[in-house]
Amino acid sequence: MERRTLLKMIALLTGGAVIGGDAFLTGCSSSKERDLRERLKLTPKQIVFLDEVADTILPTTQKSPGAKAAKVGSFMTVMVNDCYEAPDQEIFIDGMEKLEAACKKMHHLGFLEATAEQRLALLTAIDKEAKEYAQKKGAAPNHYYTMFKQLTLLGYFSSEIGYKQALRYNQVPGRYEGDVPYEKGDKAWA
Amino acid sequence: MEANTYDAIVVGSGISGGWAAKELCEKGLKVLMLERGGPYEHVKDYKSALREPWDLPHRGRTTTEQKKKYPVIHRGWAASEAVMDGWVNEEDCPYTELKPFTWWRSYRMGGRSTLWGRQSYRFSQMDFEANERDGIAVSWPIGYNDIAPWYDHVEKFAGISGSIENIAHLPDGQFLPPMELNCVEKDVAKRIKREYGDKRHLIIGRTANLTALIPGRSKCQFRNRCWEGCPFGGYFSTQSSTLPAAMKTGNLTVRPYSLVRQVIYDKNTKKASGVEVLDTENNQTYEFKSKVVFLCASALNSTWILFNSATDIWPDGLGSSSGELGHNVMDHHYNIGASGIVEGYEDRYIFGKRANGFYIPRFVNIGNDKRDYLRGFGYQGSASREGWGREIAELNIGGDFKDALTEPGQWTIGATAFGEILPYHDNKIALDKERKDKWGLPVLAMDAELKENELKMRKDMQEEMKAMLAIAGIKNVNTWDNGHAMGHGIHEMGTARMGLDPKTSVLNKWNQVWDCLNVYVTDGACMTSSGCQNPSLTYMALTARAVDHAVSELKKINS
Repeated sequence: MERRTLLKMIALLTGGAVIGGDAFLTGCSSSKERDLRERLKLTPKQIVFLDEVADTILPTTQKSPGAKAAKVGSFMTVMVNDCYEAPDQEIFIDGMEKLEAACKKMHHLGFLEATAEQRLALLTAIDKEAKEYAQKKGAAPNHYYTMFKQLTLLGYFSSEIGYKQALRYNQVPGRYEGDVPYEKGDKAWA
Repeated sequence: MEANTYDAIVVGSGISGGWAAKELCEKGLKVLMLERGGPYEHVKDYKSALREPWDLPHRGRTTTEQKKKYPVIHRGWAASEAVMDGWVNEEDCPYTELKPFTWWRSYRMGGRSTLWGRQSYRFSQMDFEANERDGIAVSWPIGYNDIAPWYDHVEKFAGISGSIENIAHLPDGQFLPPMELNCVEKDVAKRIKREYGDKRHLIIGRTANLTALIPGRSKCQFRNRCWEGCPFGGYFSTQSSTLPAAMKTGNLTVRPYSLVRQVIYDKNTKKASGVEVLDTENNQTYEFKSKVVFLCASALNSTWILFNSATDIWPDGLGSSSGELGHNVMDHHYNIGASGIVEGYEDRYIFGKRANGFYIPRFVNIGNDKRDYLRGFGYQGSASREGWGREIAELNIGGDFKDALTEPGQWTIGATAFGEILPYHDNKIALDKERKDKWGLPVLAMDAELKENELKMRKDMQEEMKAMLAIAGIKNVNTWDNGHAMGHGIHEMGTARMGLDPKTSVLNKWNQVWDCLNVYVTDGACMTSSGCQNPSLTYMALTARAVDHAVSELKKINS
């Protein structure tokens, strides 16, 4: 898929522009910058947290492994560090705490302690909230969950598991046919 | 032969430079090809081309650091992790935008020939007559019959796949078998034909991807990863095609890191004696001598070299006596079109990745069709099934959501228009003498914009696509217009135009600089009008034609 099509599609799906898709300058003070840089060095536990968030959005099913198996948590860390501007990096990092707090509020448990059903209930609610927010936010800051979801989708479907198990992959098709039969359930080409 | 002396010097190694080198070498001349950037070797240097997509750490996205380093490239859709090395270092090579101008540059061996769109269309007699008929700018000094045999010549070597259509204003060529329209595109083509008869056509794109074998190269493998460099040589580039042919003659010397600062003009002979080169690695200056010089440094950079040449005779540079050097900048304006949803075809799909789409040739201002603007536009587009980034009704998260995304979505179809831009004298580039690049050389200042004719055309570019999609039964038709800064079409041209009169043009009908006949300019700079077709094929044909002329002139001198 062409990158611009991809960006457009992810934007459509999450109800806004793709985060990190635009460059802009920031006015961070240097101590704040240093502080942010430290916070962006995610701990193994934080990566597990992101893996579990991603795996709730895209879990293992009978058809294919989920986002955790595709190491989406580590991928998110790389992307936030390398491709996000500072204000979005901050939202992302704060977002992990916000999500944890929301989980405690809803289930009286931390996200990692919650059951799969509890996690799904929480993220279903936040997904709705983030979508509504994105539709009316205008120039306001991005919603942290929108970042989690965009990176989960990109990280999963562009991973080896995404290409080979969730989708169908052929590195060297060798020919093009513009009209082949399709049966419901057949996988899309990666 | 004396050191640093050749029969011919070719400045630039892109599509035009590669052709000039191949043709000159094959005619027996000793040739020096100068490339301002570094080497980029066929196959060996295509670093990502055989890696898997998931091996890219950012999966195709660019980093904040790259966004700062390549701000111009990030204005469009060309910023992609695997190809960032191919774009020019914008900090080292700035330019001034008196008006917005998006300049996509690749300074390395092969130039933009590894990064081009590969769409290859002939200009027609209608295009060559356009200026004269409309009383615009100056007339082309050549007609279709002058260039037709050269189109044949370059198409056979480059390998252009396409269909024979018998459309007078989009001449057929020496085609390899056409790629296939997909099932939706075929039906839309039928509906357009039913509605518009022979007035409008939806055809498969004509592209420089091989659909049959050409010696030394492999067929297109339908990976759609052309920009990473094709390890199969499946599309035309300097690396896959013209460079190996030139090397095979034993007549070619390639010198990378060679920024040509000026053509050296000899007052006594009224000819160029060679070029002056700044070595961008060691900052030393070298002179190379030759009987003939081909400037193929890209439209704006060939003009930049002329601006800096023979300034003791002509303060504004070699070729400036006409007052037209640097003027008449053209491009194709796009970023505008329509798309919609296709109902049905749920039981149909595709196999393989076609690095091509459909083409709808120009239909406005042809025959009885008259508009309130001059010239016209064509469309490029495709139909496809949506991928994993789409919305799924009622599902936002969880296993069912994921499984639904692993299947293809509904079919959509869309196209963007490419419109002709007229040559306006006051759309120009000039030297910004206040601002210097990394090597202390003055940079270009861009001063060009779309004018009334283009803006009027843009309304039709959007509305006509919308109307055609509606007629073809497409639902939820959306239009878009993202505006167009000059240069964004990557078809910049016109700054050293050809013409019949040295008073109003920079080049004659053989692409020779009127004021210095052994200097030929055969890249986009030479164009007298822009047509709306992708222009690279025309540069190839004009280059081969100019080489044939140059060599016959040299023979006359020698005999």
